[in-house]
Formats: sequence, structure tokens, C-alpha cells
Amino acid sequence: MLLKRLPYILPLLIFAGIGVYLWIGLGHDPRILPSALLNKPAPEFNLPPLQDRARLDGKSEELPLTTASLATGKPMLVNFFASWCGPCQVEHPILNDLAKAHDVTIQGVNYKDDPRRALIFLGQLGDTYDRVGRDQDGRVAIDFGVYGIPETFVVDGKGRIQYRHPGPLSPEIAQNTILPLLESLK
Amino acid sequence: MTVETGHFALIVALILALLQSTVPMWAAARGNRELMNLARHTAWGQLICVTLAFCALMYAFSRSDFSVAVVAMNSHSDKPFMYKLAASWGHHEGSLLLWILILSLFGACVATFSRGMPDPLRARVLAVQGLIGVGFLLFTLLTSNPFSRLLEAPVDGNGLNPLLQDPGLVFHPPLLYFGYVGMSTAFSFAVAALIEGKVTPDWARWARTWVLIAWAGLTMGISLGSWWAYYELGWGGFWFWDPVENASFMPWLLATALLHCVSVVAKRDAFKGWTLLLSILGFSLSLLGTFIVRSGLLTSVHAFATDPARGVFILGLLGVAVGGALLLFAIRAPTMEGGNGFEPVSREGALLLNNLLFATAAATVLIGTLYPLVLEAVTGEKVSVGPPFFNATFVPLMMPMLAIMAVAPLLAWRKASALAAMKQLWLAGIAAAGVLLLVVWIGGAGVAGIIGMTLAAWLAVASIYAWVRRWWGKGALGRLVGLPLEVHGMTMAHCAAAVIVAGITATSVWQGEAVKLMKVGDSVDLAGYTWRLDRVYDTIGPNYQAMRGDMTVTRASDGSTVSTLHPERRFYPVAQQNTTEAAIHTTGLADLYAVLGEGNPQSGWAVRLYYNPLVPWMWFGAAFMALGGVISAAGKIRTRRSRAARAAAEVVA
Amino acid sequence: MRLIMLATLALLSIAPAAQAIAPSEMLSDPVLEGRARELGKELRCPKCQNQSLDDSEAGIAVDLRRIVRERLVAGDSDAQVKDYLTARYGDFVLLEPPVKSTTWILWYGPFAVILLGAIVIWRIAKRNKARLAASGADPDDDDGDGWEITRR
Repeated sequence: MLLKRLPYILPLLIFAGIGVYLWIGLGHDPRILPSALLNKPAPEFNLPPLQDRARLDGKSEELPLTTASLATGKPMLVNFFASWCGPCQVEHPILNDLAKAHDVTIQGVNYKDDPRRALIFLGQLGDTYDRVGRDQDGRVAIDFGVYGIPETFVVDGKGRIQYRHPGPLSPEIAQNTILPLLESLK
Repeated sequence: MTVETGHFALIVALILALLQSTVPMWAAARGNRELMNLARHTAWGQLICVTLAFCALMYAFSRSDFSVAVVAMNSHSDKPFMYKLAASWGHHEGSLLLWILILSLFGACVATFSRGMPDPLRARVLAVQGLIGVGFLLFTLLTSNPFSRLLEAPVDGNGLNPLLQDPGLVFHPPLLYFGYVGMSTAFSFAVAALIEGKVTPDWARWARTWVLIAWAGLTMGISLGSWWAYYELGWGGFWFWDPVENASFMPWLLATALLHCVSVVAKRDAFKGWTLLLSILGFSLSLLGTFIVRSGLLTSVHAFATDPARGVFILGLLGVAVGGALLLFAIRAPTMEGGNGFEPVSREGALLLNNLLFATAAATVLIGTLYPLVLEAVTGEKVSVGPPFFNATFVPLMMPMLAIMAVAPLLAWRKASALAAMKQLWLAGIAAAGVLLLVVWIGGAGVAGIIGMTLAAWLAVASIYAWVRRWWGKGALGRLVGLPLEVHGMTMAHCAAAVIVAGITATSVWQGEAVKLMKVGDSVDLAGYTWRLDRVYDTIGPNYQAMRGDMTVTRASDGSTVSTLHPERRFYPVAQQNTTEAAIHTTGLADLYAVLGEGNPQSGWAVRLYYNPLVPWMWFGAAFMALGGVISAAGKIRTRRSRAARAAAEVVA
Repeated sequence: MRLIMLATLALLSIAPAAQAIAPSEMLSDPVLEGRARELGKELRCPKCQNQSLDDSEAGIAVDLRRIVRERLVAGDSDAQVKDYLTARYGDFVLLEPPVKSTTWILWYGPFAVILLGAIVIWRIAKRNKARLAASGADPDDDDGDGWEITRR
């Protein structure tokens, strides 16, 4: 009896199933792409430094940003930014706060930018990066799987990528996601 | 003030819809004629109210009243007047109001053009239609009010997305919504039948008209959208299997199956379950499409601004409407099957196969569209399902479909001889073989190309031959005129399908392309034509600046001028966006398509030239197909009246 | 099975060329350029709203198109080029999803649907054939629908 009715009940069941997933899907942002490099070591790279930065410690010599810079034993952030990027300006104070108030090491990657403009950007908004590498042609960004600027990566002490945040950081993300994650990686 | 009137009118419409969805339904169960006929009045009342509201919105846009939020978000004082008006529906809130307007229009039409329909049926259909109206009006008033004001009106608006500043915006959404809303009417008929507990051939004759109109609307809406993408986006593609495109295509697939099934109910008292289910599912997919576009669920170039809160509401609407209808179907439909049966090889059998192929096609598109979502929900993994998947799965389904379409009209009802049918296809077979050889000789088509063109020829010749056979001979003209309109409609639609397939196949396999850097005075040879860039200069439009090229296309063989093309690259300062305006010259057999890219006088301009064979056939074919549907719809109405007239005459006599 | 599907895909690739390519990007070797264009159609721009690499004018799409060509010139096979990109962007960047355990339902789903549908259709046909026999109606007596179809 039920078997005979099955073809009639089936559409309802299938629809209910689809409905469940539509419901779940509403909670997701379709534009966020999970990093393909999670738990994998950061790609090999060697970027020339941004010169003539107004360093707080007064040193004048800039060191290149390499893969090794990310594997110092201390978890840190890698932030891709550019002077021509509006959201980067918006998120910069949050990065400064992370670096100064929470002692977070942030490596900067200056993506496809004019060095002079980058210096003006950092001069106006504050330069709290540890090192700043210049990714002139954007290849290193592609190796990281970056698809938009700004993007921020959390890297553990061994240089493995643990988290990727696309788009500008917000105070909530910094407070609720980044800081706890850095803590847990220590 | 006008805006507030519009807002008030919508509230009145909601009240009317609430009345319409409850009282007539109750009255139909009770047999209370006056209250059943209330539905007619509320339907007209709704139409008047919603029209008022829509006019109020259009008025606000026409006057560039930036105190109205949606006008500020989507319009600008510099915009050309036509697009100021069309912008009324170029965004979420306004297009929703358009949806409701067409819904109330259909309601009023059902109320008016249904003289022979039994009162309870009409009352129930309008009640369900009213319920859908309640859902959409609530959605609008609660989450998407087009009449909300800004406390501080900006000096000027944000402007409309430049891609929408195009005649396509004027026609594509209204026609598409005609189709979606038409499916809601079919849905209403199905639910009314389920509530009544019976599906009769008379019911089918009534429902069929609306199904055909909905189907024609969808056909035109989809093809207009495709044509618009073709000439607007600047690289000659016309279908991307984008989620929003799929959202309109799936209802069309089911609507096509439905229009065949509803005929069978009318003529043979069979396929009732199919008809009910396809009506419900067709509308469900329309609602799903609405959901996808407006909820931010999937990324798409077409999606409106994303808002999950709205998505929740539509999901609720989906749940109530579709869930309720499917539940009703599960409970009632098993007892409603009928008919005297048929042999597997028969017209019914072929139509059964038709249902299978179309349903599978729709299911395939659904799987591909929703799969990324489902996978992410389950595993967090993100995959993309793009054209390669859809082409690989959808195209193989259509091939047997095209082959069978040619045979089915030749099969008798109930029991047919396949051999007899095939014998009538000798001419089609010869044509197909001829085209096959021709295509192989031309070369470059690949297996898919060969199959596509051959099937197109097979179907076209078979359809025309079957049609001619019906009236050829002595007294041909009399027979031709006497044939039911649906025979002509069917022939048109099937031929149109062949023409469309030919167009799609030809342009896919034989497209000619040249991407070059051209300096002024340079020429490029493509597809037997010489394309020369004569001038590149700046020009200005009402709200844009543009770089425009003058290109002369001549026939390589004799140098005669074919056309001058003026591709443009526009910059809209308000929206800070570029658009490419392709220049297209159609020869009827092909399109000459030129796009101007970046560049400078010294190194030249990046120019993309295309030769698209048989592309115009796609658009003409689609229009012809829709026309066939409209002609069929017209035919049935005539039959119904003469039947009613005959019955009346019998009673009198 | 996978081979059959790939072969089917290759045979049935009906998709007209669609791109935002600039002449300066194109390779001089037509074979390599042809492969690059095919790949461009099969790869997704990671940032755009559902566009292929070839269709998009976004900066990252231009970069990735250039990388595809570089890798082809360096001698990579099509599969290696795709691997290069999926290593960085995940399977998301493939417009044709790979056939693996998590995509079985996607690739085999349509087959399952048509199989299930065919079973349903077959049972309906059987039932109606029995109904015809039981009703005693003459199968050759077509009630006539005004279309004047000849039978033999």
C-alpha cells in the first residue's frame, strides 16, 4: 500500500530535504572562499623589502620578507594590503591595535603598489608591521591563494597557515577570532 | 503624497487578498454562490490597487524623487527618461511589485475570462491565487517596502547599474514574470483540483490556456534575457548556466512537459497525476528562482543585493505553498488517476517518455545548481559547478528528445504502429542524411555539431511534413483553415525548436573569432569578410562618456560594403563602471559582432571580432516558438466556446 | 567510468567562445593558445560572481590567465596547470568539478534520476497496458481528436 503511494510522497520528501539545505545555506556567505592552504606550510617566497620606512626602533636596514620569516616559533599574521585599496585603509587601525596593544607580529605584503604611495599610506595610517615585502607582480599573493585585497592570514610558529580572512578585518573578528586563535597557537 | 497613496493601496490590496483567499474557498465548500463570486470582485479590486501602487512608484522614479529610498538607490537625475521609468523594476523592491502587479492581472483575467467555468472551481482557483498574493504582499510590506522614505533625501541618486541601462530591462523582467506568474495560475488550478478532489477534461481545457500563456511568457522572457546577455556583455556568449539563468530555465522545462500533459488530460482523461505534480513543481521552481535571486544564497552576476533575512521569508513562503501543495498531492492524487489505458507504443507512451526526459533535465539542472550549496552545508567544501558539467549532462538528454519529437505527432493515441510512423518519416530521414553529409563536408563541427545539425534537420522536416500531410490534397485550403489552431501551434513550436537547436549548434561549433590589436586603418580578415577600423574617437551620452570606433565590413570576395559597425566602450561616472557596447550586424544567417577594447592611437586598440553563424535563428526561433504557444492557447478558447455553445443549443433544441 | 564521462564531455562540449582576452595576453603558438583558451573556459575566476577566467575582466583573472599561459609554455600538461591552481585556490576554481567521493552525487545523480524515472515510467506503462486490456475498449478505435491521423 505504501509502495503504491511512494511516488506521490516522494516529491514532498525531496522538497523537504532541499528546504533543509536552503535553510542552512542562508547562514553562509557564498563569496567567502576557504583557503586551500589550511594546515599547510606557507608557500616559498622571497620578497624585497619596502625601503625607507619610518621605523619605530630607528633601524634603517630593511630585511626581505621570506618564508623563513614566518617560522620563527611565534604565531603571527600576514596581511596583504595596498595604498590604492579603500578597505585596507579602514582595517589599518585594527592592525595597529593588534600590533601595539596585543603584541601581535604582523608581516605586511604590499601588493602591486607604488613604493612611494605605500610609504605615504603607512606614514598617514601608522606603520606597525614587522617587515613589509613588496609583491610587485602579485605572484606571491596568488601562491597564497589571495583573491582580493585586503586579506589576512594567521600563521603558526612553524609557518603553517591556520586561518585566512578575506576582506578587511573588523574589531569583532580581531577580538573573537584572531586573538583567540593566536593564543591557542602559542 | 503619491508615494504614501501607493503604500496605502498596497495595504488595501493585502486586505482584499486576505478576503479572496478565505471567503470564496469556504463558500465553494458551502455552495454559496454570492460569496463565491466575491472572488471576482476582490480580484479586480486587487488589480486596481496594485496598479495604483505601481503607478505611484513609477511616478516617484519619473520625478526623480530621491526622498524615496529605492529611487535614491537606483536612479539618477541624468539618466535617460525611459530608464528612469524602467528602473522602477530594476531592483528588488520594485521588481517584486511588478511580480505582484502581474499576479493581480492574471487573477483579474481568470475572474473575467472564465464564463463557462463552474463557480466552485473558479472560486477555489482565485482563492489559491489570492493566497499567493497574500504571501507576496506580506513579503513586500514587511521586508521590501518600495515606498519607504529617507529622512534626509540625498541631492542625487546612486544611479542604476549601467548594464541595466538598456532596452532589455524594459522587456525582459515583465515577460519573465509573466511566465513565473502564469505558473502560479497553473499551480492554483492544480491545488483547486486537489481540494475539489477531481481532475476533469473540462478543468484541463481551462487550465491549458493559462499554462500555454505562462509557457509563452517564460519562453520569451528567457530568450530575451539570453539575447540581452549576448549583445550587452560583449563577448558573444548567450548562456552561462548561471544559477539565476537556471532558475528560469527549470520552470520552463517543467512547463513544457506540463503543457503536453494538460492536453492529454483534456483529450484522453489520463496523465492527471503528472499534470498536477508538474503544475505544483513548476511553480515551486519559480519560487525557488525568486528565492535564489533575492536571498544571497548563491553567487551570480544576476543576483540582487543579498539579504538573508528576506531569504528566510521566501523560504517560509516556499514551505507553506509548496509543502502544503505537495502534501495535498500526496494525500489526494493517488485516488485521482483515470483513463482507459494505452499501449507503450502510442502517443501517450511518447508523451510519457517526454515527461521523463524533461523531468530528468530539470532535475539535472537543479542538482547542478544546488550542489555547491549542499556540499558546503555538509562538508564545508566549496566546489564550482559550471558550464562543463551542464553541457555534459543536459545535452545528451536533449538528443533523444529531439529525435522523438519528430515521431510523436505521427503516433496514434492509445495504440500506434511505430513502423507506420517511421514510414512517414522518409523525407525527414533523407533531409537528415543530407544535412549530415553537408556538415561533415563543411568540417570542424565535431561529433556534437554533427548530431545537433542532423537532429535539427530531422525534426524540422518531420514536423513540416506531418503538418502538410494533414491538409494537403483536394480541398486543401478548407482543411488548412479547419484544422484546430493547436496543430499549427504545435508545428510552429516544434519547428522553432529545430531552428533554435540549429542556431545553438552552429554558433557553438563554427564561431569565427579574431582578437587583434588594430590601429586606425588596419584590416582583419574573418569569415570571408574584411573588417577595417576607420576611426576611434570620443563621444558623449546623456550620462556616460564613451570611446567609439567606426568599422567598415566588406565582403572579401568583391569588396562590397556589408555594414558599418560602431562598437563603444562606455564609462558611467556616477556608477564608476565601464560597459562594452558591442556592434552587431545581422545578415539573417549570421551575426557580425565587433567589440572595442582598451588601447591608444600609438599601439592600437584591442578589438574582438566574431562571426556567429545562425545566431539570429536562436532569437527568431524563440519568438516563433512563443507565438506557436499563443496560437495554441487561442485555439482552445474557440473550441471551448463552440462546445459550450453546442451544449446550449442542444438543451434548447 | 571517469574516462567515459571525460570523453563524453569532450565530445559534447557545446559552448561558444566567450572571453575578455586582450591581444597582448595571447600566446604566439596557436596550439598552446588554444589550450590556454580551453583551460580559461574550464577555470573559474575566484573573485568574480560566477564567471570563467576567460570571461572576467578582473585583475586577478588577468593574472591567472597569464599564469596559465606561463605554465603551458613551461611544458605543463592541462592537468598540471589545473593542479597548480587548485593547490592555491581549491577545487572551487574548477568549473567542472572533479569526480571524487564528495561529488559522486553530482556526477551520478542525473544517471540515478533517469534510471529511477525510467523504472517509474515502465511501471506506469505496464499499468496502463493492463488497464487498456481490462477496459475492453478497442485499441484501434481512436476516439478521434480532429487531427485526422492515419494509422497504417
